[in-house]
Amino acid sequence: MIDLVWLIPAFPLLGFLTLICLGRSVREPISGWLATTAMAGSFLSTLIVFIGMLLEENENRQTVFTLFDWIPAGDFKVEIGFLADPLSITMCLFITGVGTLIHLYSIGYMHGDLDFNRFFTYLNLFAFSMLMLVLGDNLLLTFLGWEGVGACSYLLISFWFSDPANATAGKKAFITNRVGDWGFMVAMFLIFFNFGSLQYLEIFDILGSNQIAETTTTFIVLMLFVGAVGKSAQFPLYLWLPDAMAGPTPVSALIHAATMVTSGVYLLIRVNPIMVEASAWSTGLIAWVGAGTALFAASIAVAQTDIKKVLAYSTVSQLGYMILAVGCGAYTAAIFHMITHAFFKALLFLGAGSVIHGMDGEQDLRRYGGLRSLMPITAGTFIIGWLAIAGVPPFSGFWSKDEILAFAWDKNPLLWLVGIITALLTAFYMTRQVILTFFGKPRYLDAGDDAGDDAGDDAGDDAGDVQPHESPWTMTLPLIALAFLSVVGGLIQLPFSSSTKRLEHWLEPATFHNETHLHLSSSTLWVLALLTLAAVAIGIGIGISTYLKEKIDRQIFEKPILNNAWHFDSTVSKVMGGPGFKAFEAVAKFDKRVIDGAVDGTGQIVKKTAFILRRSQNGLVRTYALGVGIGAVGLLIWFLSRTTI
Amino acid sequence: MIITTTWYLLLAAVLFSIGTTGLLVRRNPLIMFMCIELMLNAVNITFVSIGSHLNDLGGQLAVFFVLVVAAAEVVVGLALVVAIMRRRSRTNADDLKILGG
Repeated sequence: MIDLVWLIPAFPLLGFLTLICLGRSVREPISGWLATTAMAGSFLSTLIVFIGMLLEENENRQTVFTLFDWIPAGDFKVEIGFLADPLSITMCLFITGVGTLIHLYSIGYMHGDLDFNRFFTYLNLFAFSMLMLVLGDNLLLTFLGWEGVGACSYLLISFWFSDPANATAGKKAFITNRVGDWGFMVAMFLIFFNFGSLQYLEIFDILGSNQIAETTTTFIVLMLFVGAVGKSAQFPLYLWLPDAMAGPTPVSALIHAATMVTSGVYLLIRVNPIMVEASAWSTGLIAWVGAGTALFAASIAVAQTDIKKVLAYSTVSQLGYMILAVGCGAYTAAIFHMITHAFFKALLFLGAGSVIHGMDGEQDLRRYGGLRSLMPITAGTFIIGWLAIAGVPPFSGFWSKDEILAFAWDKNPLLWLVGIITALLTAFYMTRQVILTFFGKPRYLDAGDDAGDDAGDDAGDDAGDVQPHESPWTMTLPLIALAFLSVVGGLIQLPFSSSTKRLEHWLEPATFHNETHLHLSSSTLWVLALLTLAAVAIGIGIGISTYLKEKIDRQIFEKPILNNAWHFDSTVSKVMGGPGFKAFEAVAKFDKRVIDGAVDGTGQIVKKTAFILRRSQNGLVRTYALGVGIGAVGLLIWFLSRTTI
Repeated sequence: MIITTTWYLLLAAVLFSIGTTGLLVRRNPLIMFMCIELMLNAVNITFVSIGSHLNDLGGQLAVFFVLVVAAAEVVVGLALVVAIMRRRSRTNADDLKILGG
């Protein structure tokens, strides 16, 4: 049954091709259902492969399924092949599962949009690229998917491209990602140069038998990490993710929370045999970048007023946790958090989308309030998502975050400290968001009066006549399903005994026993868990007393510098727009003068020489005849001079 | 007086030189063709004379090939001359230099 792995990406590809051929000839809901069916088919095939894999023994769970040779070049060839192992199938399960739910949700969310068909075409193309990224059995195929998801991300961020701000956000995402892609490509060149192959399993074989210098592996890991920093929105390349919220909310949920942004983490885990060969400082750097990003983004999320921006910075922060786990060698914990995060963050984004939908496009938290009774399903599921991300047991987020924090403590208590402050902040800003949206008294009724002084108001219509309403079933059903998953998601990896660590055991064929093992006693683990709980409780407590009971002045937390993301974005823009731009212009000038000059100069020399030489071709037959005659005489003289005695 | 092979070769050389000079100095395409024929036949004489000198039939054989090629060349050449004559009143090889650089 594992042989059916090719069906997983085939379904979305088929959906994409069908939709692009049908174009505008189908009516609104049909294209959405077609796309959703394609995703559901993909999910079903993933389930079949998953069950087939469960029936196998643990060591037989890694198979390569080759479709055809893609690039044969002498001894070297790249195949279109799928690597079906527990890691890729786990990724596929939540990509197709969450993807199907988000497709279903989009049918309701995109209702009435003029480009309904185009949206689902892109969405299916994205799913296909993402599955190719995950399933590819070599780095080049992964790169193909990597670029594919990047392109789809661009297309979907600037989906409503008639607004220049959206188009700019799309470009920003694309260009920032190119920096990361550069790292990926350099890593790929290095791997090909040192290993002579791009296939994962071959690379790992060579790594096991040959001695590869530690500096080489370190450099490869660092370059792959640059790729991951770009794709998984880590500091300093996270800049594109908050802007990516310009896209439709289902896109934010699918691409910029659940799936695409985790591909950097996936890549690092996929190459874990190289990771363990790299020097310790490189993995330490990865852990610190992850922890730093987690804290940095969480602090920014505290003061955001846009409901989606809060979630965007929260995503950056949670991705920081995953990168931290990867840096600590806790691959299972990273995947575990990736899965639970996919559940609860998709839930939160879809909930936010439902709120935005119900509020006719209003995204400002300050214009919400008291929506709980008007949107009971959205509110209920959103609250479950809040408890999950904040880390309240027994919701899924608690288990995955706790495991990462334990590994962080084991590596370096300072990392743990950063992690636990982030956990506190996470609990705080999520509490703030939930209370501002669903609790308190409604603020959207009188919001029309001060709409004039808000420069950032792009809602267009007067907020005064908003009628908040619950969303249709296509939107609430995914919310309920994801809420259920957010509650029970932790069951796949419970820390109590080795038999409840199901995910760790399941991922063993892909992690090759490279995982770091905890050297902590169970009492230490209990203390750490209790400390995490305390931090979460403090965060939620401060949140409630500030925003619900209003005992603490909210201005203490909502500093302008936090709202402006520590001015990092604007500083980068300034540097890139001023001195950076000039530096690039100088480089461009160098390119034009020196590089192009050399190329053009060669052409000019040939041209000038030809201009002189062409005068000999005067078109007169007798001149040519004379040339032939002189040549013949010349040859005669030459022969005679050689033969005379 | 015995006419040796040298005489034939001298005759061929003289004919060849006349042909070459004619080709270079005349402007009329027809005359130029005749000059080329002269040069070809000069070569034919050398073939035959050296063939008989060495008692080898190959010399005479080569002449047949030269004749056939010469005939074909004249057919093409005359066709070109006719085509040119239709467009221009007079034929002067020096006027036909549109392919010049």
